[in-house]
Amino acid sequence: MKLRLETAAMDAVTVRLFDTIDESNMAWIIAADQTLRDALGEALIDLIPSYTTLLVHYDSQQLTFGQVATLIRSALRHLTPAESQDGQLHEIPVWYDESVGPELPLVAKRAGLSVGSLIERHCDHDYCVFALGFAPGYGFMGLVDEGIATPRLKTPRRKVAAGSVGIADRQTAIYPLLSPGGWNILGRTAVPLFEYAKRGEPLLRPGDKVRFKAIGKAEFEAAGGDTTPMEERP
Amino acid sequence: MSQAMLTVKQAGPLALIQDLGRFGVGHLGVTQSGAADWISFRWANWLIGNAPDSAALEIVMGGNLSLVANAEVRLALTGADLGATIDGQPLATNTSFLLRSGQTLIFSQPRRGLRAYLAFPGGLNAPTILGSRSCTAREQIGGLRDDGKPLQTGDQLTWQGNSPGERSLPEGTAPAMPEKSCQLSMVLGSQASNFAGRSLYNAFNQPWTVDNRADRMGVRLTGQPLHCTLGGIISEGIPLGAVQIPPDGQPIVLMNDRQTIGGYPRLGALTPMACALLAQCVPGTEVHLSPVSASQAQIAYRKQLSHWH
Repeated sequence: MKLRLETAAMDAVTVRLFDTIDESNMAWIIAADQTLRDALGEALIDLIPSYTTLLVHYDSQQLTFGQVATLIRSALRHLTPAESQDGQLHEIPVWYDESVGPELPLVAKRAGLSVGSLIERHCDHDYCVFALGFAPGYGFMGLVDEGIATPRLKTPRRKVAAGSVGIADRQTAIYPLLSPGGWNILGRTAVPLFEYAKRGEPLLRPGDKVRFKAIGKAEFEAAGGDTTPMEERP
Repeated sequence: MSQAMLTVKQAGPLALIQDLGRFGVGHLGVTQSGAADWISFRWANWLIGNAPDSAALEIVMGGNLSLVANAEVRLALTGADLGATIDGQPLATNTSFLLRSGQTLIFSQPRRGLRAYLAFPGGLNAPTILGSRSCTAREQIGGLRDDGKPLQTGDQLTWQGNSPGERSLPEGTAPAMPEKSCQLSMVLGSQASNFAGRSLYNAFNQPWTVDNRADRMGVRLTGQPLHCTLGGIISEGIPLGAVQIPPDGQPIVLMNDRQTIGGYPRLGALTPMACALLAQCVPGTEVHLSPVSASQAQIAYRKQLSHWH
């Protein structure tokens, strides 16, 4: 961990702790997040943690750039990583099926696997939540087994259904709400990520772990899942 | 007596309920949203004595948005001149005015600027989601039905208070709408050092043109491309006004509805005042970027806010 402060905007500073993506960053990022929230108090407008950085948006009516820099440096001087590096473990049930996961065959073929083995491979890992962004409650997770890593679609879909579970390179994620997107979609979950985020209590938080569990159509429907096939095919 | 309201007789292309924005929620992946020209927005509320964060309408382009009143109400109009009329009579911007029962307020098309703000007594009624009434289409958050949708024909607008007193804009404070060209102040970011010297020179010494790929998420500028030695970066939080440079070298200024994190290198960020001005630039407007320090920008920002104290 090496602390650097960078000007991001008139009233925003990027706090850079690392240069590469690593699961072990998360304990530091989580600790820095809490420490900065406490240190800035009322002067904090927004704090956005990501893989290697935290963006601090501060109230420039209360603090000058110099003051906020001093405050951040002194708050993080004796930073120690968060104690529980694991966070929460979430088991997310997913209906893997070509009707709602149109890239299942493509990703399997690229990896030289049967669709069944691809699903097993996707479920056979506890993914780390690195950052929230892109959409309310959308968690960027990784790292996906290199054997099934697949680049983004050349042409993004205009509409990816809510609950869609996808992979892009070595990352995996769940679309909380209907949105455009270019990830390879393998299946769908009924877990309402968007509703959690809208209540201000995201299900997935940075540092949490996610394990996908393959379920059948009946179980997906019973959980309130929408079986409407993906409207658009690439 | 029925409740005082305005009915949307005809919806234009884009009229959104906005307040100052949704803050303290960036870590959820929820965008800032809020009035894009926050200066005109604040004047609109000020003109009828509202609290600064009262929800108002952000009307883009006009496009014959028609609103009919069922009771007399005092409203305030600021921002772009969208050729507004009341029963066919031209209506001046930067004033408060009475709309009488049965009268129709129409916004036709942009004559100067792009976004008009219409403030209502005490602010518009709309559900408060994560601390704000702002409407964000991409996130399906906010608006009358909390689905992120803009005003629809048949919608009914109601407000929180009675018509307060009238105020006039102090002389010289009306925000200037950009005409053919304007200057946008930008705070250089730390990644600026990763741009070639020639590109840094070009960034500030060539006119940029506001592209028609412009919305509340971002505004694309076209000109001689800029080259950054960083290809992509690891996604990180993006501030308002961030000037990101994708691989084609054509800057995108990230506005109120931007994604919270992103992975393109950034030259810096426009000041909040420059963001308000850019929000009023129609496609084809020529803009010049001019560097300012963060502390210079903060002084200008405090001066702007002092108008409303």
